[in-house]
Amino acid sequence: MIRFSDVAKSYDGRRVVGPLSFEVAEGAFVALLGGSGCGKTTTLKMVNGLIAPSAGQVVVDGGPPRVEAIWALRRRIGYVFQEVGLFPHITVAENIAVGPKLAGWTVARAAARVDELLDLVALPREVGARAPSALSGGQRQRVGVARALGAEPKVMLMDEPFGALDPATRDALGRDYRALHDRLGLTTMMVTHDVTEALLLADRIIVMDAGKIVADGAPRELLSDGADPKTRTLMRTPLRQAMRIAEVVAGSSHG
Amino acid sequence: MDERLAAAWKLLPDYLSQHVLISLCALVLGFAISLPLAVAASRSAAVRWPSLFIASLVQTIPSLALLALFYPLLLALSTLSQGWFGHGFSALGFWPALLALTLYSMLPILRNGVAGIAGVDPAAVEAAKGMGMTDAQRLFRIELPLAAPVIMAGARTAAVWTIGAATLATPVGQTSLGNYIFSGLQTENWVYVLFGCAASAILALATDQLLGLIESGLAKRQPPRIWIGAVGLAVGAALALSPLLAAPSQVGAYKIGAKNFSEQYILADLMADRLRAAGASVTTKDDLGSATAYRALAAGEIDAYVDYSGTLWANVLGRKDNPGRAAVLAGLTSELKRRDGVVVLGSLGFENAYVLAMRQDRARALHIEAIGDLSRQAASLRLGSDLEFLSRPEWKAIESAYGLAFAKTTSYQPTFMYRALGSGDADAISAFSSDGRISAQHLTVLSDPKHALPPYDAVILISPRKANDQRLRGALQPLIGKIGVEAMRAANYSVDRDENKLGPAQAARELARALKSKTPN
Repeated sequence: MIRFSDVAKSYDGRRVVGPLSFEVAEGAFVALLGGSGCGKTTTLKMVNGLIAPSAGQVVVDGGPPRVEAIWALRRRIGYVFQEVGLFPHITVAENIAVGPKLAGWTVARAAARVDELLDLVALPREVGARAPSALSGGQRQRVGVARALGAEPKVMLMDEPFGALDPATRDALGRDYRALHDRLGLTTMMVTHDVTEALLLADRIIVMDAGKIVADGAPRELLSDGADPKTRTLMRTPLRQAMRIAEVVAGSSHG
Repeated sequence: MDERLAAAWKLLPDYLSQHVLISLCALVLGFAISLPLAVAASRSAAVRWPSLFIASLVQTIPSLALLALFYPLLLALSTLSQGWFGHGFSALGFWPALLALTLYSMLPILRNGVAGIAGVDPAAVEAAKGMGMTDAQRLFRIELPLAAPVIMAGARTAAVWTIGAATLATPVGQTSLGNYIFSGLQTENWVYVLFGCAASAILALATDQLLGLIESGLAKRQPPRIWIGAVGLAVGAALALSPLLAAPSQVGAYKIGAKNFSEQYILADLMADRLRAAGASVTTKDDLGSATAYRALAAGEIDAYVDYSGTLWANVLGRKDNPGRAAVLAGLTSELKRRDGVVVLGSLGFENAYVLAMRQDRARALHIEAIGDLSRQAASLRLGSDLEFLSRPEWKAIESAYGLAFAKTTSYQPTFMYRALGSGDADAISAFSSDGRISAQHLTVLSDPKHALPPYDAVILISPRKANDQRLRGALQPLIGKIGVEAMRAANYSVDRDENKLGPAQAARELARALKSKTPN
């Protein structure tokens, strides 16, 4: 579904990402994991052309590269990011309808799609008439997801989508989105620095450091002893926390 | 109601409609240029810095000078167009005022436009890009709507500036509320000055409030506010502009010019009245600058006005000699005809010469009778002049002929120049020999034994286009040789005095009556 071939990004001759070569299969849920400045967001943005690669090719959906205008490509890809970026001068429903309108849908079809999406992200329909400023952080991000899904994209790019939310909301939204991913048959690439989130949501985790891929595999593989030292260090904390919590749970049940 | 106030009200529909027309056109044009420029500037630093720099630079030019600078520029363009396409356009009035005010209105719109677009939440811009909006879609659907309140605030500032600066369009021949201020200042008609200031201030404030309503409507996303503001502006503009539609067509009307002082207003009204009596329709263009007036006549933008032989001799022909009154008049008549096709119809019969004048008591105390006497004591004396005298060739001529070197020279608006002499802030002034205030204030006119100052016979000039217009010549010819200096002084004083003032039009009628009783026909 997404293919990176020798993709690199340089600023002023200094390479910050790559060369990267990997493929994301249709229906996969891939987490790009790493610390800040490791190049994961740059990598994600090269998929929908918000950042242009300095070298190599990114192909989405198997089609030949760059035969369409960049904005036409973006319309086929959902994009969700931490700041959400809801348009403050129009209502929630109008925000969600932006994608369908850009795709040239009729008013009636777009309106039906708005209701459908509000249901899908578990928001009451009356929220549609509100201004974005009248929503809570979690509601706003749900609208962000609904808006990205507006024109029925097959690919979703998510850049720390739940990073600014409180832990409970974050967990609920993560699980809700994972369910949507499965139900709609989406292909998702999600950038996160939260190891637990990556482990709990993704089918495959690509660990990046200093612009390069240091590990790439299923969550279970990365947790095994065979993983490289950097990855093991990364995984140690959530693993220890999980075991500690398991002990607490066990202790209290005996206590 | 006070007579002057009533007269001011009567002029309001004409002045206000012209003022609103020029301000509105300049603002619409300024907005139409500045907004796309602001968009381009917000996209590219290569556009941003030069455009903001130039707009700021324009802002530092005094608006009066900016307006005046467009006249010679347009005149040159008009001459070019005349050569290339066979017809020129008026370099006076509407166009120079429009261009200058448009430039003047641009900075706030441009600056706020750039700031407004730059201030749009980067997340909204990223979302717009990420959703696949084209550049134009992003601009029109996201950036401009979000920047609209800031842009409107800029438009508001521009509107207030433009409406204020439009009062300065009067000297380039564009009628505006400034006509009250300029002519009021000239004739010490403070009712006019205040009326003009108040009218332009009220217009600016009302416009500001209505635009403010639109701005807050955009910021708070309350369409009713936007509608009330927009409808208010539209209705106000329509009401203010309606006299333009009702006014009879001015095509084919004679255009009589006047420079910016009382005698010129009176003589222009006198000539206009005679033409009207002959059944012609007439418009007057008041408050022209001294050099502007002749060029406007030569270019056919005005048909006739009164100028002074010495002024034309020195400033238009660039002559420094003084061959005597008759020779100057004869030289002008042949030379202006040959060079520009301008007809010197003849002298009205009086001189309005530049003279140096002092208070009688002061002149006696210092034993000064002639300019030569003055030069011996000039090092301890102060000269007050009108705004142009010190830069004129006439001043250079007496300065070098008599070796004048004053302790201090100060330029005044003529009204204040006479005040300065009266109050002792100036010891001598550059007066005008036909000024009624010379006899009224008991001033001593210093003699000029070396004839350094040329003669200043008031002459009627006719534009090349109307050189053979029999109706014009027929109406103005009877004035030639008929106005003596005492009659002119009396007419001037009736306008310039503090008590029981007449308007220029009234003074012109009085003068016509006096002429008729002297020479019955």
